[in-house]
Amino acid sequence: MKYFKLFALILPMFMLAACSSSPNRDYEGDVAVEDLSAESSGVRGQGANGEDMGAETQVVVGEDSYAAGEWNNPSSPLYNRVVYFEYDSDTVRSEDQETLRAHGAYLAKNPNLTVRLEGHTDERGSREYNLALGERRALSVRQILMLQGASIDQFQVTSFGEERPAADGSDDYSWSQNRRVEIRYLGR
Amino acid sequence: MAPNVLRYLLVMLAILLPLQANAVLKIEITGGSATALPIAIVPFGSEGYAAPENVSDIISNDLASSGRFAPVEKRDLISQPHESQQVNFADWRLLRSEGLLIGKVSSQDGENYQVQFQLFDVYKAEQLVGKRYNVPASGLRNLAHQIADIVYETLTGEKGVFATRLAFVTEMKNADGSKRFALQVSDADGANPRTVLQSTQPIMSPNWAPDGEQLTYVTFENSKAEVYVQQLSSGRRNSVASFKGLNSAPAWSPDGKKLALTLSKNGNPEIYVLELATGNLSRVTHNSGAIDTEAVWMPNGREILFTSDRGGRPQIYRVDAEGGRAERVTFEGGYNASADISPDGRTMAMVHAVNGRFHIAIQDLQTGAVQVLTDTTADESPSFAPNGRMILYATEQKGRGILAAVSVDGRIKQRLGESGSAVREPAWSPFRR
Repeated sequence: MKYFKLFALILPMFMLAACSSSPNRDYEGDVAVEDLSAESSGVRGQGANGEDMGAETQVVVGEDSYAAGEWNNPSSPLYNRVVYFEYDSDTVRSEDQETLRAHGAYLAKNPNLTVRLEGHTDERGSREYNLALGERRALSVRQILMLQGASIDQFQVTSFGEERPAADGSDDYSWSQNRRVEIRYLGR
Repeated sequence: MAPNVLRYLLVMLAILLPLQANAVLKIEITGGSATALPIAIVPFGSEGYAAPENVSDIISNDLASSGRFAPVEKRDLISQPHESQQVNFADWRLLRSEGLLIGKVSSQDGENYQVQFQLFDVYKAEQLVGKRYNVPASGLRNLAHQIADIVYETLTGEKGVFATRLAFVTEMKNADGSKRFALQVSDADGANPRTVLQSTQPIMSPNWAPDGEQLTYVTFENSKAEVYVQQLSSGRRNSVASFKGLNSAPAWSPDGKKLALTLSKNGNPEIYVLELATGNLSRVTHNSGAIDTEAVWMPNGREILFTSDRGGRPQIYRVDAEGGRAERVTFEGGYNASADISPDGRTMAMVHAVNGRFHIAIQDLQTGAVQVLTDTTADESPSFAPNGRMILYATEQKGRGILAAVSVDGRIKQRLGESGSAVREPAWSPFRR
């Protein structure tokens, strides 16, 4: 666990480090964006490939090993940590309510856990407006999670707008995959 | 403490890293003007050491790219004078070009260059303007742009923008699928791009200080949107807004002392004004149910235009920079966003969506008349040239981000082609002071 904490400390130092062709720097870049490259490459934990991979398996969860087990169990409602939205909407869809209720209840039961809610949009329209829309989506999700008893202190809300798409295409399917909020467990 | 210092060093390293694989942006004119003025530009003479840049070619490309000049083909040039006594005006009248530009470039050492030019009115047989300069080799390209500006202004009566710069964001994909982002500054013709910031995280919304020496922008380097200000000459940069929530859409005030920006620190995206010297923050908009963002200052420095969805869909509003009631500015169409304002304050450029297609449009702020200027469908981020003549914007070609420009009358269209990376978020610099 200490290992991971050190990792978390080093991580932001490389976020800005430029990638160059030097193998050493590339290596640093890979380490630095380990958590993030999975997103930018379009690899989704619960995406079309059906595998949970990358960042999710390395999340720091303190001593709560139960959590990792739940998240990796495809039949657990906690397995799904992405909810999707309609165009220019911040309304959580009815089919995602169950997922969010499960996460909200889980957070209420584990008040030591915190999550980061990351809002995203599709590429259409103004980038700055989309940045705000992504935040609004994340706040909608937070509201539902809090209705289950989770505390406001358990949340970090952030938006990437259209800057970090899950799918790179410019078609209806890609757009539907990009209009999303990702729930990221951060540990205590 | 230690990680902060280390991060600072890494940031500096990122800024100072030698430029690599910077493909050159190239202007292609996709639409022209029937009224382009013919001009004869004689290849400049050369004495002593050859110059590393072809000054007269750069001038010719600049003038042609504006769409307002039609340089005479080189093979049609009657003679190759480099000094006024070599010019026979009677011959040049046959070409029907009103303007004739001649000049020469000389160097004794290959390091310092003397450049002179003369622009003539062929019909009146008189010199309109002539100048001589001494520049280092590295200054030749910029000097050529400055000469093009002088020719442009002399013949059109408007200031030229060839010696100004563009800022924009590029995105490149690494072999492993991860991405890297850069904030770049190039000459106005897209040549000579230099990276001023590199990051593994997205960069957004560059905006020039009125002095042209600093940029403000949004980065996600701390996993959330934060606003930075960076001095271009030194690379020194400061975080100026990193409040809880969004910190985005910075816009420099015309006096250079303040930034308007979007903060959601109180729970909802609102427009604020940040006084840079003091850090004083004043809130401009109060509308808890709506997104208020994308502030842009009117040239008078007293009013701010911004995008808001307070009416249901994004539209552009105007508000006093000190706060107060906002009035809606756009009424045509269900989506208007990303305003920019012409230097004379009369014309607003914006993204205007029709049936889900996003075009660049302008609106006359006096009459409210709207004119759609582009027929591409994924247009973003309009930015006026400092002479108000062209609007630079981002669009897509074959699914990749490119920059393009259109004249405010819609007749001249340019595309800045670039290879290797997606380009977006353009911002045209102010005039050099």
